[in-house]
Amino acid sequence: MTPTHEIPSHPTITFTVNGEACSFIMGDGSHELPPSYTLAQTLRERLGLTGTKISCDHGACGCCTVLMDGKAVLSCMLLTVECEGKEITTIEGLGNPVTGAIDPLQQAFIDNTAFQCGFCTPGIIMSAKALLNENPSPTVEDVKEALAGNFCRCISHYHVLDAVIATVKKGGE
Amino acid sequence: MKEYRFIGKSTPRKDALDIVTGRTKFINDLTVPNMLYGKVLRSPLPHALIKNIDTGEAMRLPGVKAVLTYKDVPDWMGGLPLHVRILDSKVRYVGDAVALVAAETEDIGEEALRLIKVEYESLPAVYDVEEAIQPGAPQLYEQFPGNVLPQGIPAFGPHSLRELVIGDLEKGREEADFIVEGSYAYENIPNPLPPESPGAIAAWEGTDTLNVWSASQGPHMIKVSLQRRMGSINLHSMGTPVGASYGSKFMSWQYVLPAAALAKATDRPVKFCYGRSEHLAAFTVRLGSRIHGEVGIKKNGEVTFLSGDWLVNTGAFSETSQAMVAVGCGEVQLMLRCPNWSLKPKVVCTNRTASGQIRGFGGQELECALLPLLTMAMEKADIDPVNFFKRNYVKPGDGYYWRDGNWWVCRGIDYTKAMEQGAVRFGWKDKWKGWLKPSSVKGVKRRGIGVGVHGNADVGEDVSEAYVRLDPNGTATIYSGLAEHGTGQRSNICKMVAEILQLPLDRVSVTPNDSRVNPYEMGPVGSRGTYAIGSAVIAAAEDAKRQLFEQIAPKFAVKPEDLETEDGMVYVKGKPGTGIPWIKGMDYDRTVMGRGRFEPDFALPNFMMIFTEVEVDTETGKVELLRVVGATDVGQIIDPPGIVNQLNGCLGSAGIDSALFEETVIDTQLGRIMNPNMIDYKWRTFAELPEMEHVILETPIPSHRFHAIGVGEIATSPGPSAILMAVTNALGVRIHDYPLTPDKVLSALGKINTAKRRVK
Ligand code: FES
Ligand code: FES
Repeated sequence: MTPTHEIPSHPTITFTVNGEACSFIMGDGSHELPPSYTLAQTLRERLGLTGTKISCDHGACGCCTVLMDGKAVLSCMLLTVECEGKEITTIEGLGNPVTGAIDPLQQAFIDNTAFQCGFCTPGIIMSAKALLNENPSPTVEDVKEALAGNFCRCISHYHVLDAVIATVKKGGE
Repeated sequence: MKEYRFIGKSTPRKDALDIVTGRTKFINDLTVPNMLYGKVLRSPLPHALIKNIDTGEAMRLPGVKAVLTYKDVPDWMGGLPLHVRILDSKVRYVGDAVALVAAETEDIGEEALRLIKVEYESLPAVYDVEEAIQPGAPQLYEQFPGNVLPQGIPAFGPHSLRELVIGDLEKGREEADFIVEGSYAYENIPNPLPPESPGAIAAWEGTDTLNVWSASQGPHMIKVSLQRRMGSINLHSMGTPVGASYGSKFMSWQYVLPAAALAKATDRPVKFCYGRSEHLAAFTVRLGSRIHGEVGIKKNGEVTFLSGDWLVNTGAFSETSQAMVAVGCGEVQLMLRCPNWSLKPKVVCTNRTASGQIRGFGGQELECALLPLLTMAMEKADIDPVNFFKRNYVKPGDGYYWRDGNWWVCRGIDYTKAMEQGAVRFGWKDKWKGWLKPSSVKGVKRRGIGVGVHGNADVGEDVSEAYVRLDPNGTATIYSGLAEHGTGQRSNICKMVAEILQLPLDRVSVTPNDSRVNPYEMGPVGSRGTYAIGSAVIAAAEDAKRQLFEQIAPKFAVKPEDLETEDGMVYVKGKPGTGIPWIKGMDYDRTVMGRGRFEPDFALPNFMMIFTEVEVDTETGKVELLRVVGATDVGQIIDPPGIVNQLNGCLGSAGIDSALFEETVIDTQLGRIMNPNMIDYKWRTFAELPEMEHVILETPIPSHRFHAIGVGEIATSPGPSAILMAVTNALGVRIHDYPLTPDKVLSALGKINTAKRRVK
């Protein structure tokens, strides 16, 4: 009377990253994903998606921002196990997967030189993208509010605001 | 003014696409096969001897490959003069390194740190710069009695500037209409806090070759400065894009040496990146700067003498503080024409995290402490500060002692016009109501204005070398060890070369930052990117062009000087129809290599003035920064959005905000930094941006091919003192204790009684 279906002792977790399904077996074995892994760690260390940056690792700076079901989240503050069934988008997944064209927001960052060192840039672009998903025609004040959790030490803020507003204007044309 | 094809035009940064798509690989994005992770056990005590250290249990943890203590690390040294071991039997600040671990994962490494048992013998600690020099004060180093470091820096030559003694103080005293004296300080030791914490990967090849990848502002200098200290090894230094530095990642031995020691002990590559609180608590902060000074002024605003003791608190060691003192002593003469000086610096060690290289490099620290004294003098003479700076900022023909101890005569430009236009844009005349007078008062809100100035003649410091290689397919490659740390300078040198060779920008590129490939490069520090690095690259491009024409001239049967090139075609001047592509002239199996070198030149000071307007709420004590206007003259803008970005940088990285809310707070009972995280260490957010404008003039600078001079480094420097002046004027009472947090404002207004000042 051996049971045929045992509950697996190592549960798996499955979610989508940039349109592709990925699953991990959770556990402390060498090929498993430790339950303590944050989403940021999983993205960077297991999926090679190093575009997502870790700065404070503490929920304070926004460098690790990614989209979860279209909304901005701090990937350093989320455990990977919390992502079951979610759709995650990282900076690498913006743009058109068919044509390979970058997102208009990314183009606006290039056109406005909306960065200096660029370390904060992926997080800022993802926060701005989440805002535009929710509100396609934000005011400058809305943008400032939405990006208030994003640290930029080089003070590229002014050019970032120009870039986001330029995207809004282009979208409205 | 000459119209250029690329220079002065807004062009996308060459690295822009990688940055906005997340493809840029910063140091912590890199891995090397078989790599281990380095971790550092840090001291919980500010000053102690290590009596016993037991690493057995940590060593037995599976996945741990090495645990090093002071007993078994190589004797590689850092500091100026060399006095800092990677690990020592004595710890000198909370956060000082006690042991190093290399492990298969970061988590294992951290677990191992917890298993190391250390017995300390606690020693008394000292934090205040003046207490540290008292007889009987705790001594940090045996070789530095009284905690005072020897002055001078060999790299600046045998006469490197140690103090400023010029003229005759007595004469200056006699000539003064007013003399003021006082003690002021800028010692809130703000953290430049780049978003990327410092880090490196080290891997040995055999026993005598070390490969280092690092986030460094001067990767080539890692090779130059460390390989000798490490026993004459070959050090290959690969620089990664730097997630900003603001000067702080120039002296990279603090992270390169531990990684190299662990890599040696394990015979595997080791990555060591600071964690965030480690970065905030144990990496370098600004110098502490305190002045006891006296200054004489005439009614017309002429300064007749300045004397003072400049006490520089460098924390647990000197990374390069004597160099910063030398440059600071130079820079103060640019800000202030004065015939009689006696400024005596003292660099002092105390039991807190070390101070190190940060933009402003000594000058910002000195001037921020000095400005309250100068403004009191201006107030006595009843002179408008803009007029004071106009009269006293260095002019062509004026001389000054620079860091090398030599007397240099300014061959730069007169910045009076930039000051005047900045004042007009700011509306200074309308808002300036006199000393200690607000520009407006509405209920509990009082507004005030202030202005600061700073200049630096390091735009031409040190040597740069570059090569430019031309390939027959009509492309140019720049060989330069220039790091990209946010200024866009790697892109800008492409613009310079594209301009000279008249090549489309996408046909010009820079080699990877690798010391095996590139010639000597000091690095983009002190605003030297445009003049020093740029001139080396320009010379290499001109040399390559000359050789190209020499090769091709026989085909046209003309002299090389008669040729011109555009878009990879060569033709006889004035006859575009004669053009042939480079490949026809050179053949497919040849390249041309041009060489360029820049020699130091300290005769061209740059200039930055910052006007600020603040609003102080006298009920809450909160100071709000409303508006900033920057004024400068750069000769020729290379990249318009780039320079605006750099000037906007005046707020962060231990700049303007170090007068408003940024500070590293030390608990002087325990010696600990109380705010080593990005919530308690305050920084400016998108929601709190002041209005920001810049007046950027372009008066051609004679010594540069495109008549340009750099200014980025000093964008932060004039800001803090301008804020102090603005708040003082808004309140109508003197306030000078950086940063001007609400408690200090309210106590200046007599509304609260703050307990004894925090001692740093
Ligand atoms: S790294 Fe996630 S918020 Fe700072
Ligand atoms: S661009 Fe450097 S921190 Fe934002």
